[in-house]
Amino acid sequence: MAELDVQVVASDHAVWSGAAKSVRGRTVEGDMGILPGHTPVLSLLAEGELLIDPVEGAPVKAKVNGGFFSVDSDRVTIVADDAELIED
Amino acid sequence: MGAQIRVYRQKIASTSSMKKIFKAMELIATSRIGKARSRARAALPYAEAITRAVSAVASQNDIDHVLTTKVDNPTRAAVLILTSDRGLAGAYSTNVLKQGEALTKRLREDGKEVRPYLYGRKAQAFYDFREREYDQVWTGNTDAPEVERAQEIGRTLVDRFLQPTEEGGVDELYLVYTEFQSMVKQEPVARRLLPLAFVESDAEHEPNPLYDFEPNAEEVLDALLPRYIESKIFAAMLEASASELAARQRAMKSAADNADDLIKKYTLLRNNARQAEITQELSELIAGADALAAS
Repeated sequence: MAELDVQVVASDHAVWSGAAKSVRGRTVEGDMGILPGHTPVLSLLAEGELLIDPVEGAPVKAKVNGGFFSVDSDRVTIVADDAELIED
Repeated sequence: MGAQIRVYRQKIASTSSMKKIFKAMELIATSRIGKARSRARAALPYAEAITRAVSAVASQNDIDHVLTTKVDNPTRAAVLILTSDRGLAGAYSTNVLKQGEALTKRLREDGKEVRPYLYGRKAQAFYDFREREYDQVWTGNTDAPEVERAQEIGRTLVDRFLQPTEEGGVDELYLVYTEFQSMVKQEPVARRLLPLAFVESDAEHEPNPLYDFEPNAEEVLDALLPRYIESKIFAAMLEASASELAARQRAMKSAADNADDLIKKYTLLRNNARQAEITQELSELIAGADALAAS
């Protein structure tokens, strides 16, 4: 199965990057889930949680505060004004 | 004679204490350069991601966005000049200000009014001393810039840009800062930030995909472009801070070396003076003894 190449960056540091099976985030128009093969999209993020399901390891959760995210040929870039991982 | 030796001793003492200060400042600057550069590196992924997105949107869309469209007849330009707060960094601030002056002159020759925006106390002092006007100044922490400051500056400038020209808005935005090329080479540069100039994607790059926009292209661009400007300003601030520290390190190193030379020179002179004094005392003693023996 194809994988997503995910990169989460905040304005002054990289937050998380790696391969993932799916990414779910909250955009200004509602929740959006990304699976491999998604059509290219550029979308504004709302304040909320970002859920990444990596190929290996436990799901990663992050709190994101505004920004945008882009998907293009299985490359997902989340550019947040401010983001931090949530440990649970 | 004794007075001369004392003067040299005082000079040696003060020069060595200055040397200690220079040395300490050099070490501090050296240790901070690494940190400044790693911060610049850490901010890179964000800047790259945002640049990629902006150029992808702009290259495939024919939407006219206010930040990308060129005014036909630009009459006013804002120039943001990044300098340092403190001196003791050799010609660092002077070089940036010189670059700023050259740009200002060029813009004026093109018939544009220049509105300076300053960053760093050195730029403020430069403008105040010449009693020149400037629109706004930010000072503090030029050697360790913060994102919030970059966002504040970015917002101010984008707002000014979005104002209609008749109401005092600017048509162009320039950024003057020092590019960090290597530890020994920092170059002041002037770049145009707005209106955005996009490089057509190279042939070797795969063509940018057709994006869907959510909620719509207009709003995405509205949100994207100010962030792009902010990230450009922040990147420039980080580079300028690394350059400032590198310049300071070099200036302090040569100051410490000069202090060393001076100490050597004064030590030699002091020894000369001491020797001369001893010689004179001896010849006086001998002359005195001779005179007594003769009588």
